[in-house]
Amino acid sequence: MLILECPYCGVKAEETELSPGYEAHLKRFGPGSSDDEFNDYMFARKNPKGVHFERWRHAYGCGKWFLAARCTATLEVFGTYPAQSSEPPADLVAKIKAKRPDWSGYK
Amino acid sequence: MKRYSVFAIAREAMSYHLGWERAWAAPQPKKEYDAIIIGAGGHGLATAYYLGKNHGIRNVAIIEKGWLGGGNTGRNTTIIRSNYLQDPSAAIYDKALKLYEDLSQDLNYNVMFSPRGLLMLAQTHHEVRGYLRTVHANTLQGVATEWISPARVKELVPIINIDGPRYPILGALYQARGGTARHDAVAWGYARACSAMGMDIIQQCEVTGVRSENGVVKGVETTKGYIGTKKLGIVVAGHSGQVADMAGFRLPIEAVALQALVSEPIKPCMDVVVMANTVHGYMSQSDKGEMVIGGGTDGFNNFTQRGSFHHIEETLRALVETFPMISRLKMLRQWGGIVDMTGDRSPIISKTPLGNCFINCGWGTGGFKAIPGSGWAMADLMARGEPGPLAADFNMWRFREGQFIDESVAAGVAH
Repeated sequence: MLILECPYCGVKAEETELSPGYEAHLKRFGPGSSDDEFNDYMFARKNPKGVHFERWRHAYGCGKWFLAARCTATLEVFGTYPAQSSEPPADLVAKIKAKRPDWSGYK
Repeated sequence: MKRYSVFAIAREAMSYHLGWERAWAAPQPKKEYDAIIIGAGGHGLATAYYLGKNHGIRNVAIIEKGWLGGGNTGRNTTIIRSNYLQDPSAAIYDKALKLYEDLSQDLNYNVMFSPRGLLMLAQTHHEVRGYLRTVHANTLQGVATEWISPARVKELVPIINIDGPRYPILGALYQARGGTARHDAVAWGYARACSAMGMDIIQQCEVTGVRSENGVVKGVETTKGYIGTKKLGIVVAGHSGQVADMAGFRLPIEAVALQALVSEPIKPCMDVVVMANTVHGYMSQSDKGEMVIGGGTDGFNNFTQRGSFHHIEETLRALVETFPMISRLKMLRQWGGIVDMTGDRSPIISKTPLGNCFINCGWGTGGFKAIPGSGWAMADLMARGEPGPLAADFNMWRFREGQFIDESVAAGVAH
């Protein structure tokens, strides 16, 4: 059972209380961008086997979107942080790097 | 290869059954091949088989990191149907169904294809409209399906409760030619036929890199060393993104877990396949008597081959209302597979940005039924270097062009 702590209300919520939102930190491309950029933004996904940053919504709680760092190969949760983050917080990245020395890092 | 037949059984019975030979060889890799397929699941083995049978390309290796048929081919609920909404889907799935019909004879291996009939229940008014539309589309595509009444559903499935109240049966989309097959036997049959043609099936050999030169594939790095090839086919389902990354391109795919489970064996009680897409449940009875039940996918990226418990609970809760008699059944085994989902829920059979490298993936939750058709189309693509009519619409650039083959609406989730 996947349990994530909502960074807003502090509730440790299990997955039936949450809605998944897939990959986080997508850079948006709209009118004026190239076809390749728009295609990558719309469809291409990292889908890593390992460390993954993703969006979740505390749907049956406070209702807010937040972000989580999770391992897709072991289901280990590294941490959660507010949605108003353009990239993962440095302390979380350091924590993941300590646990997963082979990880290529956030990019 | 000695042919299997009633005479072979009689002959072997005379000699204590000591004369049966191994179904396929276990060779060491050669230095180079005309074609390498990564992934010895159903789709990969079928691709190799039709490369040899239809195109005469037999210097082929099929490389598998685990054991053959050990991925989603061994983890599905074995349902076979071709009642799809979109024309390209109907074409390839119906090709597969037609190949399944005489696959046992073709491979000289009993795949236990059982065209027992398949029902997709309509339990909401939206589904009624959707399935009526599918019936009309199927009529135009030449795929025989029909819309049947609740009374006819009850006649075909006596154990069903059509009254609801939560999930009443309002009718069903019925494909009499649909059914099931023995999933392992499909992989084993193809493997035996490939081995008989002189192809090398190399198990316990993981691909760790793809070597290319001037934008054209040259070979693969594996745990058993470097193997050169003129053509490369990537047919690895859940790990497509990882292998594509080695080949230097990205895919519009996310991997999620899909679960299935079986009950204890009981006496024959249901001789059709029933799918209930509103509640994400589908059920059939295996030859052993187990009720084989499939559920919904998890909504998050996952490579663990185990899914969330609450999906099992949701699926069974809904199925117990539809089939009250299963409420006392004990569930024996539960498992998960990693399915590769595309945005439009249709597969990718395509050339790639890397020359002479081809990919077959994105079958998501519904790949087993397509194995022969998928292999047929992929072999054609690999042999000629250009997609034939079955594969053309499933190219990986359709997303960029906005030419989706949208089965996510048509198929609901159980797909």
